[in-house]
Amino acid sequence: MSGKMIGVDVGGTFTDVFVLDEDAGTATVAKVPTTRPDQSGGFLDGIGREVSDLATVGTVVHGTTAGTNALLERKGARVGIITTPGFRDALEMRRRDRRATWGLRGDFDPVVPRNLRLEVPERTLADGTVMTAVDVGAVREAAQALLEAGCAACAIVFINAYANRDNEAAAVAAVREIWPNPHVSASSEILPEIREFERASTTALNAYLQPEVAGYFKRLEGALRDDGFGGQFLIVQSNGGVMAVDTACRLPIRTALSGPAAGVIAAGYIATTAGHPNVITGDMGGTSFDVSLIADGETVLAAQTSIDFGMVVRTPMIEIATIGAGGGSIAWVDKGGLLNIGPESAGSDPGPVAYGQGNDRPTVTDANVVLGRIDPDRPIGGKLKRLDVDAAARAVDAHVGKPLGLDTLTAAEAILTVANSRMAGAIRLVSIERGYNPRRFSFMPFGGGGALHAGAMLAEVGLARAIIPRYPGVTSAMGCVIADMRQDFVQTINALSSDIDLTSLTGTINGHLREGTALLDAAGVRFEGRDLIVELDMAYVGQTHTVSVPLPVEVGQGGVRPPTQGAIDDAFDQAYQASYGRLLAGGVHRVLNLRSAVVGRRPKFDLSTLAPDTAGDIADCQRTTRRVHMGGAWHDTPIYTRLTLPVGAEIAGPAILEQPDTTILIEPHLKGVVDTFGNVIIEAKES
Amino acid sequence: MPDIDPITLAVLAGRMEQIADEMDATLFRSAFNPIIAEAHDASHGLYDAATGETLVQGKSGLPIFVGVMAFAVKAVIDKAARDGDLAVGDTYIFNDAHIGGTHLSDMRLVRPYFRDGEVFCYLASVGHWHDVGGAVPGNYNPSATEVFQEAFVLPPVKLQRNGEVQQDIVDILLRNSRMPQSSMGDLSGQLGALDLGIRRMDALLDEYGVDTVKAALSALGDRAEALTRAEVSELPDGRWEAEDFMDNDGISDEALPIRVAFEVKGDRLTLDFAGSAPACAGPINIALPTAIACCYVAIKHIFPALPANAGVMRPIDIRIPEDSLLSADFPLPTGGYTETILRMIDVIFSAAAQAAPERVVANAYGTINALSIAGRTAAGKRWVMFSFYGGGHGGSSTSDGLNHGNAPISTATIPPAEILEAAYPVMFRQWALRPDSAGAGEHRGGLGAIYEIEVLEQSAEAFLFGERGRFPPKGIVGGADAALNAFHYEGEGGWHQPPLVSKMVGIPLKKGQKVRLETPGGGGYGDPAKRPAADVARDVSLGYVSPEAADAAYGTAWREAHI
Repeated sequence: MSGKMIGVDVGGTFTDVFVLDEDAGTATVAKVPTTRPDQSGGFLDGIGREVSDLATVGTVVHGTTAGTNALLERKGARVGIITTPGFRDALEMRRRDRRATWGLRGDFDPVVPRNLRLEVPERTLADGTVMTAVDVGAVREAAQALLEAGCAACAIVFINAYANRDNEAAAVAAVREIWPNPHVSASSEILPEIREFERASTTALNAYLQPEVAGYFKRLEGALRDDGFGGQFLIVQSNGGVMAVDTACRLPIRTALSGPAAGVIAAGYIATTAGHPNVITGDMGGTSFDVSLIADGETVLAAQTSIDFGMVVRTPMIEIATIGAGGGSIAWVDKGGLLNIGPESAGSDPGPVAYGQGNDRPTVTDANVVLGRIDPDRPIGGKLKRLDVDAAARAVDAHVGKPLGLDTLTAAEAILTVANSRMAGAIRLVSIERGYNPRRFSFMPFGGGGALHAGAMLAEVGLARAIIPRYPGVTSAMGCVIADMRQDFVQTINALSSDIDLTSLTGTINGHLREGTALLDAAGVRFEGRDLIVELDMAYVGQTHTVSVPLPVEVGQGGVRPPTQGAIDDAFDQAYQASYGRLLAGGVHRVLNLRSAVVGRRPKFDLSTLAPDTAGDIADCQRTTRRVHMGGAWHDTPIYTRLTLPVGAEIAGPAILEQPDTTILIEPHLKGVVDTFGNVIIEAKES
Repeated sequence: MPDIDPITLAVLAGRMEQIADEMDATLFRSAFNPIIAEAHDASHGLYDAATGETLVQGKSGLPIFVGVMAFAVKAVIDKAARDGDLAVGDTYIFNDAHIGGTHLSDMRLVRPYFRDGEVFCYLASVGHWHDVGGAVPGNYNPSATEVFQEAFVLPPVKLQRNGEVQQDIVDILLRNSRMPQSSMGDLSGQLGALDLGIRRMDALLDEYGVDTVKAALSALGDRAEALTRAEVSELPDGRWEAEDFMDNDGISDEALPIRVAFEVKGDRLTLDFAGSAPACAGPINIALPTAIACCYVAIKHIFPALPANAGVMRPIDIRIPEDSLLSADFPLPTGGYTETILRMIDVIFSAAAQAAPERVVANAYGTINALSIAGRTAAGKRWVMFSFYGGGHGGSSTSDGLNHGNAPISTATIPPAEILEAAYPVMFRQWALRPDSAGAGEHRGGLGAIYEIEVLEQSAEAFLFGERGRFPPKGIVGGADAALNAFHYEGEGGWHQPPLVSKMVGIPLKKGQKVRLETPGGGGYGDPAKRPAADVARDVSLGYVSPEAADAAYGTAWREAHI
């Protein structure tokens, strides 16, 4: 491996850079403010802090929120859609859902307005028969009209194109002839999967992002090259794998959850390396708490998500459960006298009351400040000089203490108890509710605030231990360096397992394998190995929800060998039994979709690179002592500087470990141990 | 009853809500029929051991069940008291709508949860089964005059004794369905949801103890009541009335009035439906439990912060006249209950809008439009395509109405056209928004939709159960009414409309012939003259409103406006 590896994660507030120099055996991190609207400024600034000569860099991997932000802020391109007669409104009609169950308020503006959705003569039936061949002349006219209307990207979405791509292929070729840029895509290229709204939405959102995000990636790459960078530039996808920058320019929608995905990947690697491959991550931000489960080192993928109401993205992505309980979430008592946390949040601006920036309603962070768990003289992030404890206490009093008849400290603890209970609920959702026993799992908080709540998560959910990674604030940047390269494919099959054409199925798998392999080859990245993962979405006939059925395949000369129908049925039984604990006697099996993933395993770096020295005196690391309120009483609590604690150090609670971007709370009944990789493992004292 | 501290109470409220949510999720994942799996026409919760009142209910289930399940549980409590044989491991099952509300398609499972030898509470699961017999596949029979023509009727009976499923009962259930495998799948999913609820309640009570959880349940009821009183007292005192009409009962072509008086006095609210039509021959009757549950749905739309808890109903008086179509007796048919309760919600909104316009939205499209098309394929295989279709939502003080939404009583999503085309020999010629279907207003209604469906093989029959064919969804605060529901089918000599406009059974269709359903939009909110000309111009440029309709509703100022 030649040269340094750099991971860059651009978040809402900070841009984090993680630089790994394997030859020198060092890793360094930098945190710089994110620049807006063009994030490339902070990106290059952050790298420049740690690396003077880009020629020494082999790989730059980027986890980005550029796509997410453009979707949430509605700052994508003007897009035109060319579609089947009778279906121009499919994108706008959604699946006939609504924003919220109760209240019936709110409307919906699709990213492509109705006047930019044009119909052309064409029709394919559900079985793939072309009933009406596409009128390419009409397609050209439509494309011309869209150009004249100022469209920068064009999406072609025909009904039943998942079953036969011919009409879409002819249309896309005709548009590409006259379209002045590469931002033209057909739904069967982006997502050849049944369900017209989900396919149309994913294709349209991809087109919506293409000009903006591709431009951003190209600007970054150009700037890197100008500074002498000659290595590979890779982008993290929502599925936790990386892709080459060219692929990302073509499929920017696959970056929708890029940043959070990289964090989960890093967490999985850190935990597995530390000997705990079952881990639940908890990323506590200003407005939300994001939870993800990793079992035996493997992340769980979800098939789709909604970025906002009606903005459905269907590409494989790391499953992350989100609840509105972050540091900035506001505590309030409703008219019936019940204490609630969120969903309203003070965010980071104005932020908690203690920030003194104009908010006067108490937040979760304010409760931590009032209880002495956060040091008011050393606020995280370095933006503020001092936190206003008194103002936080007054707010807790006025909005929670008084209405509930509690004193200030009890009210602050009440806020944390309810917030912790909601956060624990999110952990139960991804663990107990999915059949995982939480006692077999560790909790890994990352982001700024999670480590204050680790003990509560252990107590509430019964998790075995907490693992606080050495740099919880830059986990996503580290994940960029760790992630494998991965390309996902899907094809709707929609046939009974008894009727399935095994030769054609195998041909499709091999097509995916060829295309994926070509993309891996073209990236110029060194891989330790390659994997082909094949899954079938299957169900009993008559059932709506499918289960994901792993299909064992072996890659040999000329691709994979055809599976037998027996192997497919057996695999279904196994997967169904695992999901539902029972089979249906005499049930007929249906195969809805084929999903393939081609993975290039990138070399992993040695995490002990990050570890502190083994020598050193724990007592020297104690900075001071502070009164901290826990379990209804004040405790004189030693405060340690976390990063200087030596490997093997054991700190008995009560204690607080501080580092620039995180505060770790060790409650009286817990202890923290620094492991050989520099993680702090928090467990019950007696274990 | 011991007092409970506010912290434990807040924690337990979240924990119990999560148990009900998880029961919902379990059934949605494992159910066979798309009405449950995709449309979430199901619900789960915890109910009071003595009264059956709702204690906690899942957030993702069908809104109408939030109020109605209490009646189902009460029916089981009464039955068990009569028989005197309630035991651990029992589960009752029934679909009798006259005692349990809604309609016969909804199969209710009710199980006592015992703790320390006593019933601590009941767990219940309700789900809309694909087919439960009767004259019409899918059970929406607009020409039924007795429940027996709608489906087979099952009173509360023990499905499980000592945890053992009574195979005799299962055999009866399956033999009475056109889709036995689907029924079996749903039944097994509902039992799975109840099993899960029992496990989670065991864990919760182990952790917190019986007394604490009981105290929490009692406190949550009191707080729900307090919250409701606080919300109601923000409304001005007074009495406001509204009326609307059902097209007909599916038997004779006579309009049927639904009337309400919405009366606020301090922190109490009365909904009085005096003057509504008497019970009718056809299936737009509803049973009393349904009418009361429907009022709960309307109130929760007006006050979205209210919890799913029986305490909400304590300060609310609901008066349903005896012998009206809102309290029909057995065996009058109730299969089309959805249509009637949508109209009840419409009149409640129209009356409440006079009291507090900023809190209320204008009428939504107001009909479920249950359309089934059934036939045999060229290979001789029977098929039934059954779906509900969407329409526009009403405008409100804060925004235009939503285009193509689901009904206020439901959160059901519509199946994709591609899934329907892959499953049945049909082709959608149109799946589109319907221009000029929304009511004009300062905030206009959302658009309804046009669905045009062609039969591709052999022949088929269509069945429609709709409403709003003669009386359009209403605007509020000066907003205009939306367009009427319109259904046409191809037959001898071209396109036809059903004699009863919105309801018809057995419409014969040959290969190549089409049906066309055009659904209403939502009513408008506020005086159309107040709508900015630029917004009208945008509506015209997007094709939501035709230039002629814009001129008529808003005047011609938009023609000079810049978008």
